[in-house]
Amino acid sequence: MTGQGVTAPPDWITFENVSKSFGPVEVLRDVSFGIRRGEVHALLGENGAGKSTLMKMLGGYHAPSSGQVWLDGQPVHFRSSRDAEAEGIVLIHQEFNLAEDLTVAQNIYLGHEPGGLLIDDAAMRRGAAEALARLSITLDPRTLVRHLSVPQKQLVEIAKALSRQARVLIMDEPTATLTLHETNTLLGLIRQLRDSGVTVLYISHKLDEVGQIADRVTVLRDGRYVTTRDAADLSQQQMANLMVGRELEDMFPPRLSPQPQERLRVTGLNVPGWSRDLSFGVRAGEVLGFAGLVGSGRTESFEGLFGLRPHTVGSVTVDGQPRRIRNPSDAARAGLVYLSEDRKGKGLLVDFALTPNLTLMTLEVYAKPLLDVQAEKTAMIRAAEEHHIRSGRLDVTASALSGGNQQKLALARILERHPDVIVLDEPTRGVDVGAKREIYHLIHGLAAAGKAVIVISSELPELLGLCHRLLIMHGGRLVGNLSGAELTEHEVIQYVTGLKRDDPAQITRDPQEPPYVHA
Amino acid sequence: MSTPSPSPAPTPSPLSSVAAPGPTLLGRIGSLGPLLGLLALMLVATALNPDFLSVSNLTNILTRAAFTGIIAVGMTFVIISGGIDLSVGSLAALIAGGMILVMNALVPGLGAGWGTVLVGMAFALTLGAVAGFLHGFIITRGRIEAFIVTLGTLGIFRAVLTYLSQGGAISLDLGVSDRYSPVFYGSLLGVPIPILVFALVALVGGLILNRTRYGRYVQAIGSNEQVARYAAINVGGVKIATYVLLGVCVAIATTLYVPRLGSASPSTGLLWELEAIAAVIIGGTALKGGHGRIWGTVVGAILLVTIENVLNLTNIISVYLNAAVQGVVIILVAFFQRGGRK
Repeated sequence: MTGQGVTAPPDWITFENVSKSFGPVEVLRDVSFGIRRGEVHALLGENGAGKSTLMKMLGGYHAPSSGQVWLDGQPVHFRSSRDAEAEGIVLIHQEFNLAEDLTVAQNIYLGHEPGGLLIDDAAMRRGAAEALARLSITLDPRTLVRHLSVPQKQLVEIAKALSRQARVLIMDEPTATLTLHETNTLLGLIRQLRDSGVTVLYISHKLDEVGQIADRVTVLRDGRYVTTRDAADLSQQQMANLMVGRELEDMFPPRLSPQPQERLRVTGLNVPGWSRDLSFGVRAGEVLGFAGLVGSGRTESFEGLFGLRPHTVGSVTVDGQPRRIRNPSDAARAGLVYLSEDRKGKGLLVDFALTPNLTLMTLEVYAKPLLDVQAEKTAMIRAAEEHHIRSGRLDVTASALSGGNQQKLALARILERHPDVIVLDEPTRGVDVGAKREIYHLIHGLAAAGKAVIVISSELPELLGLCHRLLIMHGGRLVGNLSGAELTEHEVIQYVTGLKRDDPAQITRDPQEPPYVHA
Repeated sequence: MSTPSPSPAPTPSPLSSVAAPGPTLLGRIGSLGPLLGLLALMLVATALNPDFLSVSNLTNILTRAAFTGIIAVGMTFVIISGGIDLSVGSLAALIAGGMILVMNALVPGLGAGWGTVLVGMAFALTLGAVAGFLHGFIITRGRIEAFIVTLGTLGIFRAVLTYLSQGGAISLDLGVSDRYSPVFYGSLLGVPIPILVFALVALVGGLILNRTRYGRYVQAIGSNEQVARYAAINVGGVKIATYVLLGVCVAIATTLYVPRLGSASPSTGLLWELEAIAAVIIGGTALKGGHGRIWGTVVGAILLVTIENVLNLTNIISVYLNAAVQGVVIILVAFFQRGGRK
């Protein structure tokens, strides 16, 4: 098995040849490793490597398709998260599981309210206050969760887990939305929990955090187990190499040089509460990345630009023509399209069949004036081939597709309009490695066809591999404009975290002036 | 451990039935539920009283179903887009009263001819469209729940009619009434006009819903308004149009109804909103929006009237329990349709 060394304590939780498939997509294959009691065990892997699925299995949300999970020598057969919680295993989701309109105390005790016929509010408040105090959180238990900040919600989730006598705490990217300071607080808290005997399973992309907090590290890649090592034996670089393997080299297609003419120029974009005075341009054939932390205002800026949020803008110029964009229809007419980061909430009609999803933005083509359903179907067959949308049948609803195929369908829809400027917000979120690669190649195919592509992503390796140039946002402002040899992880991180910022004139420089350097 | 193969694109098997669960048998039956229910009811009714299948009785059922049916077709659009309109009964009363007053006022000048009737009808259609537009405008631009806005206008419309009639009835000028009456009592090729109009409205409604951009947008908005917004659909405009469409449907139904009664009173169109909504729901349209069908609504409207008709023709259950039987049917249909959707 995986425990190495003679004195290594035995594994407490064991995954034995675990596999999991969703429909045709195999997410995990034959994964075996163990977790020791009272350790902080980090799970590393790219998006789609299967980390979340594996943890959801332990948390009682999924059952393995084959293989067995063992807890303390006993086979585990959780039918729901309640079963897992009864064993002291609590999963804290990336998306919070809190009722916004209830108070902190009510959330902590949700489903386990003290009292008999009537709820004992006082006991609930006292208990909640104690749970919060144990984590050194200063928060009134009577506050509505709606009024909390994201990191505060995170802390409430942890307090809720601990109030249920959690022995195993599974945290799925807990620091994704936290600032550096908040992250440090959380890491301190995790150490404190470990010292009190709680086993922590920690999923994160942030290798520095993993180096700081984890006792042991397990790496998954492409749904398969790679290795388990002591964290102290691994450098961050080694972790990255293990995660990425050898595949990354042909993940990204070669970058062709952008053409000289600018397709889009935006000056003085303000989105109240999110971003201020953004000015930038993007050229034909260019893939421009937007980097920044979650909450740095990237998504909101582009939602503003497309008229999806209140905003003001100095000027928007598309192919040299000044344009006024009040709503997404104006944008589409100007040749601009936007793919939302929220695929299920804002991207696809998951209850609809594939065809109406594809043609939603181009129905005028099929309206004669009655819709030509046959032509729509033909278009769907063509798009499925063109964009490698894999589905057993084309008459299923979009919800039946895997994440990657859903994303390709969402992409196909906006490309049906033959846009000139394409803004892709987190285009590979929740997408498996194969589909990821296809999307990267698609993006470069679009650039090669003379379109301008803007990619917003929270995955730095993706931006570095994909983009000709990176604009970096911090606190709602553009703080850096990097290209060529400056495109290194080390350099970008400094801007992303606010340690470094360029002088504004440098950032909004006309991209035509300094020639690009390409690898 | 095994070294993962470097194959860059793990291709899922292209033909897999796992991802495509076909509709279950129960689901299929569920989706045909209203039609099967109607047929079953007709069989039972015929067995109990052969008069049920007589042409005059069937014509009577369809004519009665036409009023709420026409309104229900418009209501289908509103509900599919994720909205609701509780005011249609009150609006029908107001339109009836308004058009009678207009026609009566025109008699001295225009005479009691077709001109007066046509102006009255035009007024009715305009009033319906304007009321619908106001609903849609307040709901979308004012960002107020449709339920609340139309609950408000439910009271307002009927109160205005009650004020205009001073609590009594507004009666149509007898001359105009004579001229107007063929619109209800007349028939074309043996089919009464209200049934023809109902069929036409349903046909056009079905065509709009299933075969036009607008219909697709209505369904998209009801399925997920945010997705529609991000897909560059004019969500506000489409929603307002559903209320205008419903307002026009109410006006059409009312213009057919006025010659039958010859007057409007505070009890005109009472509870029509509930019958229309019930017809839509029985027809298999999701109350939360997203998907629905016109033919279902038509069946729903006919089914509701048929129940009352059967109770009248037979004496197993008192006709006073009509609403109770309808209520049971609504709940039963909803129960069977659970399997049909997720």
